[in-house]
Amino acid sequence: MRLDDPKLRKIEPPKLSLADRFYVTQVAVGLAVTARHYLGVAFGNKAITVQYPEVQHVPSPVYRGVHRLNKDHEGRVKCVACMMCATACPAHCIDIVGATAPESWNDREKYPESFVIDELRCIYCGMCEEACPVEAIELTGLYDITGLSREEMIFDKTKLLSVYDLTREAEPMKFTTPPPTADAKQTEALPSPLS
Amino acid sequence: MVSLWVLIGILIKILVVVGITQGAVAYLILVERKIAAYTQDRIGPNRAGPFALLQPLADGAKMLLKEDVIPKYVSRPLYILAPWIAITMAMIAFAVVPFGPVGPDQIINFQIAPYVNIGILYVFAVGSLSVYGVILAGWASNNKYSFLGGLRSTAQLISYEIPLGLSILGMVLITGSLDLNDIINWQDRQGVWGIFVQPLGFLLFLVSAFAETNRLPFDLPEAEQELVGGFHTEYSAMKFGMFFLGEYLHIITVSYITVILFFGGWDIPFFLSQEQTSVWSAALKVLVMIVKVFAVILFMMWIRWTLPRFRYDQLMDLAWKSMIPLALINLVATAAVVQLIRTYWV
Repeated sequence: MRLDDPKLRKIEPPKLSLADRFYVTQVAVGLAVTARHYLGVAFGNKAITVQYPEVQHVPSPVYRGVHRLNKDHEGRVKCVACMMCATACPAHCIDIVGATAPESWNDREKYPESFVIDELRCIYCGMCEEACPVEAIELTGLYDITGLSREEMIFDKTKLLSVYDLTREAEPMKFTTPPPTADAKQTEALPSPLS
Repeated sequence: MVSLWVLIGILIKILVVVGITQGAVAYLILVERKIAAYTQDRIGPNRAGPFALLQPLADGAKMLLKEDVIPKYVSRPLYILAPWIAITMAMIAFAVVPFGPVGPDQIINFQIAPYVNIGILYVFAVGSLSVYGVILAGWASNNKYSFLGGLRSTAQLISYEIPLGLSILGMVLITGSLDLNDIINWQDRQGVWGIFVQPLGFLLFLVSAFAETNRLPFDLPEAEQELVGGFHTEYSAMKFGMFFLGEYLHIITVSYITVILFFGGWDIPFFLSQEQTSVWSAALKVLVMIVKVFAVILFMMWIRWTLPRFRYDQLMDLAWKSMIPLALINLVATAAVVQLIRTYWV
């Protein structure tokens, strides 16, 4: 861009008044600001920090913490082992072993025999959550996961399902739409490209 | 025999003053941390004991028990000397500071070395020496960040020492003495504090005092954001602690000088006067002085968490182009007025 381009806007720094140039008035204004904050914390209980171990911080609803595997109303894992999350995962931390669903589970063909997330490799981006077609995997607001070894931080299916039990009250499932069983009948009529 | 008792008395005074100021420093650090936290909407230390009152002990224990690392590449004698200079110079400045009433008819003279007639000159001479601690630390560390810190300290010294010296000359001219007691007594006699006689002098003194104590907005020598730790980058454990101690001792000294010069020392108009010689009045005066000094220290901390750091050239600008001319104007005007009053009134 040339210097005389008409689209170029020149911004002048604001002109300081004489009082501003003497600093003193502006210093007084600044002192008033800090005093307001100081008094607010000292007498008005305005501190924005929480006393962590005693008071638990509640993160915002969009916070991305530990994963959980949702269960449906029958208590079965919702996951259909479609591998969408594992494919979407940029950190390659999800490892799923799918298996044919039991005969009695007539709403799906597959279920995860094993579902393992390495919480240390995970970057908590939430792509798995977005990729999941059946809302089976979700990121919870739990932020204080700890482990004494790296093995402890690799969460298996049981552990992930227990996270769901732990957080189902505090965080109901974000999408309560049931798995698409009603529509599934219609699509079944169409010839599948795979068969 | 009399001189022996005087000597013992002075030794006791030294022990008491050193002990109290060192303890005060520990708690001032806690106060500073609390103020810092509150101004930033945090809570600050609150775990060690009720109201974190044991925090200074924990801090002190940490300082003493940490490993004292002396890097191979430093200039060893100067590296070890520097923190000692910082702490000693801050401490011996206290020798002539009256922390209570002093006079021939007082029961106790609340001053380690009473009747020193160069009083304030001594304080500033020693105060200027303490900058050697910073400069030597920066040079001896053999580290570019430390060195830059030391360099900045030098530049800062030559900028603020002149307005600092000029700003108190007004008070000295009016009271006609360099002795800090005489300055307090004058304010008591006239019933007016120095800040009302010398408002401009007070402002200039306060600004220079921030530079003198290396406090924000003039803490260029340690500027964490650009110089890692500044002059104390290479220091650890108690050697670092000594710099810290020196800094806070310096703050106490400077606050005492501020109170003595501009807030009447132990004086409360119409209430306390130099004629009162009882023990109770003496105790009350010491207490009044401590309260005033604490208020000044609080103000210095308040400023620290309000103002951003001045840039190197801005400090030079401020000192050489604004403060020195203002201080000179103040000095000349004061001298003229004092001369007029002496000629026509007295």
